[in-house]
Amino acid sequence: MTGVRILVGTRKGAFILTADASRRDWKVSPPHFGGWEIYHVNGSPADPDRLWASQSSGWFGQVVQRSDDGGKSWEPVGNDFGYDGAVGEHLWYDGTPRPWEFKRIWHFEPAPDDPDTVYAGGEDAALYRSTDGGQSWQELSGLRTHPSAPQWQPGAGGMCLHTIILDPSNRQRIFTAISAAGAFRSDDGGATWLPINRGLRSAQIPDQDAEVGHCVHRIAMHPSRPEVLFMQKHWDVMRSDDAGGSWREVSGNLPTDFGFPIAVHAHEPETVYVVPIKSDSEHYVPDGKLRVYRSRVGGEDWEPLTSGLPQADCYVNVLRDAMAVDTLDPCGIYFGTTGGQVYGSSDGGDTWTAIVRDLPAVLSVEVQALP
Amino acid sequence: MIRVMLPAHLKILAKVGHEVQLEVADPVTQRRVLDELEARYPMLRGTMRDRDTGQRRAFIRFYACEEDLSNEPPDTPLPEEVRAGKEPFLVVGAMAGG
Repeated sequence: MTGVRILVGTRKGAFILTADASRRDWKVSPPHFGGWEIYHVNGSPADPDRLWASQSSGWFGQVVQRSDDGGKSWEPVGNDFGYDGAVGEHLWYDGTPRPWEFKRIWHFEPAPDDPDTVYAGGEDAALYRSTDGGQSWQELSGLRTHPSAPQWQPGAGGMCLHTIILDPSNRQRIFTAISAAGAFRSDDGGATWLPINRGLRSAQIPDQDAEVGHCVHRIAMHPSRPEVLFMQKHWDVMRSDDAGGSWREVSGNLPTDFGFPIAVHAHEPETVYVVPIKSDSEHYVPDGKLRVYRSRVGGEDWEPLTSGLPQADCYVNVLRDAMAVDTLDPCGIYFGTTGGQVYGSSDGGDTWTAIVRDLPAVLSVEVQALP
Repeated sequence: MIRVMLPAHLKILAKVGHEVQLEVADPVTQRRVLDELEARYPMLRGTMRDRDTGQRRAFIRFYACEEDLSNEPPDTPLPEEVRAGKEPFLVVGAMAGG
């Protein structure tokens, strides 16, 4: 490995943080796309210098930027995110039907083996794919037209498709998650979809065990065990051992099981990280202490990781796409906060340092181990 | 020659300077100016008007000759001063939010 590159999306631009493989001394780039909301920046596993950035603004809408040189330069590509066929309706906050309306892209998931193929998750919830390097986007409309879709409702942050996981062992299998519809799986490359929410219980909906309507915040998978999924739900940390066929709660001894991000250690499939926050109405860490919780047994038993993190007067949140792991050994863990700090650990979470402290509010963090 | 001025974010996106100059056939209307602008700078598609409906985005304004033309029908001819290149057609980001 020659180094590590962290891709940070913030409320007011993107930043790229770089270091050599020791991960001690970091260089922070000037802002890219300054002043724009950057919901996500992600890199292609097939070509680490091929980057995708979701650039959006309430004034100017959605722009997609692509870099072919690791973020040194960028070019806008296609931004025509239409809905395929009949637009249809979902439920609005007041329970009335409302037509689907595109607002922004929350997440890019590049294909593992083709730099020109990338998936994009949108708000209002839809899954898109480009196979021509972002010049054009096609909706995989089987998800949005699922029979349950007219009953989907937005979460507080909008009805966003925020999680896309491509099963590394099965090219036909895709997992997605939508707030507040739930988790879905396709076994035919995105043509048709199955809600995978059995075992989730959400006190905020009339039927706590409903097929859809759950506010899934994030799902994580270890590539060596694609049938095992970990989920941070609105409340509850959950686990599935059958590719989402059923879920069980593994919140265990967490101080609170509300949170947004969840990540799995790169080399230990049973080691999982979450960042609990106080509640759904107080979106900051409990007790003024920023603590990452780690389970080394796949949930239930969690330990707080505090070394190097503020343990007094801290009231930040870590958003759903703002935690990532690198593939070096020892595994590096990184997360960004709504207070603009990006913290990193190069020892699996035992100790942390602030890589940068004063960015705009962080929306997303991805990391690349550079060859 | 039609002179168009863009807000700072769109100038950066389109990689243009203070002013863009366009050839637009008569009758010079808001729609024709924006169509030509988007044809010349495809990265601006969707940033001023909705890609599907062609409607002005909520926080975009169109001004010229000290008048707000934002809510004028898009096929209404623009003022003669704009058509003659004496006054620019202004694309403005509305005052909204911080």
